[in-house]
Amino acid sequence: MAMPMESPITFSNVGKIRWWQRGIFASQTGYVLLALAVLLVIMHFASPYFFTEGNMQNVAKNFSFIAIATLGVTFVIITGGIDLSVGSMMCFSAMITSMVMTELSAPGSPLVHMAADGKTVLANVPGLILLVSILAGLGVALIAGLVNGFCIAVLGLSPFVTTLGMLSIVRGLGYVVSNGRGSFPGGPDADYFYALTSGDVLGVPVPFIYLVVLALTMAVVLHHTSFGRHVFALGGNEKAAELTGIPVVRVKIEVYVICALAAGLQGIIISGWLGSAPANMATSYELNVIAAAVIGGANLAGGIGGPLGAIVGCVLLEVIRNGLVLAQVSSYWQQTLVGVIIILAVLVDRIRSRMT
Amino acid sequence: MTKADATPVLELTGIGKEFGAIRALHDVDMQVFPGEVVGLMGDNGAGKSTLVKIIAGNFRPTHGEMRFAGSAVHFNRPVDARAVGIEVVYQDLALSDNLTAAANVFLGRELKRKFGPLALLDHKAMAARALELFGELRSETRPDDLVKQMSGGQRQAVAIARTRLSNARLVMMDEPTAAISVRQVEQVLGLIHRLKEQGVAVMLISHRMPDVFAVCDRVIVMRRGEKRADKPIHETSPEEVTALITGAKEAA
Repeated sequence: MAMPMESPITFSNVGKIRWWQRGIFASQTGYVLLALAVLLVIMHFASPYFFTEGNMQNVAKNFSFIAIATLGVTFVIITGGIDLSVGSMMCFSAMITSMVMTELSAPGSPLVHMAADGKTVLANVPGLILLVSILAGLGVALIAGLVNGFCIAVLGLSPFVTTLGMLSIVRGLGYVVSNGRGSFPGGPDADYFYALTSGDVLGVPVPFIYLVVLALTMAVVLHHTSFGRHVFALGGNEKAAELTGIPVVRVKIEVYVICALAAGLQGIIISGWLGSAPANMATSYELNVIAAAVIGGANLAGGIGGPLGAIVGCVLLEVIRNGLVLAQVSSYWQQTLVGVIIILAVLVDRIRSRMT
Repeated sequence: MTKADATPVLELTGIGKEFGAIRALHDVDMQVFPGEVVGLMGDNGAGKSTLVKIIAGNFRPTHGEMRFAGSAVHFNRPVDARAVGIEVVYQDLALSDNLTAAANVFLGRELKRKFGPLALLDHKAMAARALELFGELRSETRPDDLVKQMSGGQRQAVAIARTRLSNARLVMMDEPTAAISVRQVEQVLGLIHRLKEQGVAVMLISHRMPDVFAVCDRVIVMRRGEKRADKPIHETSPEEVTALITGAKEAA
């Protein structure tokens, strides 16, 4: 099909939509990106420190800390759902990962067989403990995601209520398993763990690399696979999606699982940076994550959103936070400003869609 | 249209449906032939939608037999009906506003290309096929435009193009002209003619007498769960049909 196709239709009274009226140019993501660019220029003139390599690394690292979870929650938001349990999920996955890592490394642990040399069997293979503990952390996220998805898609509970419950359940479980003390990555693989979560490659923070890879994957999945198409269809018109034979239940469960896994991965990465997984870690992060997604153009009514928007939202939030610090404005203003920006972004989008 | 020698695409014999103590349908016989447009009329509660839902596989009939293109069929789910070639164009059209026309036409049966282990959407092929279908329907609809930005007539074209994609042999349209402008009604009736030309049987469920008389070959009138009339359109009149619907005339 390399030939330009011969149109069998002549369009006499149906105009063509201009390129600047479609795609990213007509989306909230587009003008928030523009606003971000303007903000960067302003920051450059406002503070000589802003565009230094150290600060840029800092910004890249900091927004990567919520951006992966934002990618996940964007999937859910596109289907018209919401996931409030991401903050708790981050904490719980991180906690399980470091607890499993410590436990498997402990010589006296009842969970592991001893090898002849007095170390645990797992510890004799470099990186195996790390792999097992990360899988354990993601495993609990998977289970929580499945429960969310099952309650919402099969039992028909409201996403808001279900995930609000899950927020509390998972946070509570975190306190239960750690006795409220939190946990620390330990054992022979802890160094690998830190390298993989808070290290950098040629000056680029690794969380940022993960983010870029995951965002590109997400873009392909959303726009070039039938799963992605179904995710959008579900958010656009759920009844239509069902009537056309889309496996609605499966797609819904899948997006909640993806979201929980993204949050779990995010939590594990954050714990590497913090050096521990305290029981109150990432409290109320779900609000930052959802705010970033919404600022970036994901529509809570469903049907609209994407990885670029998620990242743009996170960058904007971080640049504002960073900017306020550099400008020596009290950091207490940050939350207020973020709130104003959420409302402004949605308001501008509303005005724009009224005009066309 | 010579009916005597053709096999009916759909043949119902003695179809009945009870919901608990309520008898929604009783002993309905009907046949629909290829390339025929049949109007299904009746007041609210007459059993039209129950009948449509049985044919579309949403309900199973309590009594009776359904044959499609000569062989007996039993549908457990709408997917089963779609698999043999029965498509329904719903009143609210069941389109996703945030997707393009082509995406809606191919929703649930996307064309894909293999890239090693990955199967990615074949956007170009879908757009080309959708454009072809819109051409057949003579609707000025661009495959890449969002459905959100379309007129009622274009939306109908998208919904109907979806039935053409699967080469449906029977298309049931539920009130396609209920909520659109006069000019667009003209377009939709045009679309029905296109389907007929291609040998597709169409069942038009409508309250709008002028539309039924403009496009149908035959009209079936339902009242209180029973078929009260089944007549070629030129042997009846809007007055008679109205009388049959309201019960002023019992049967014809």
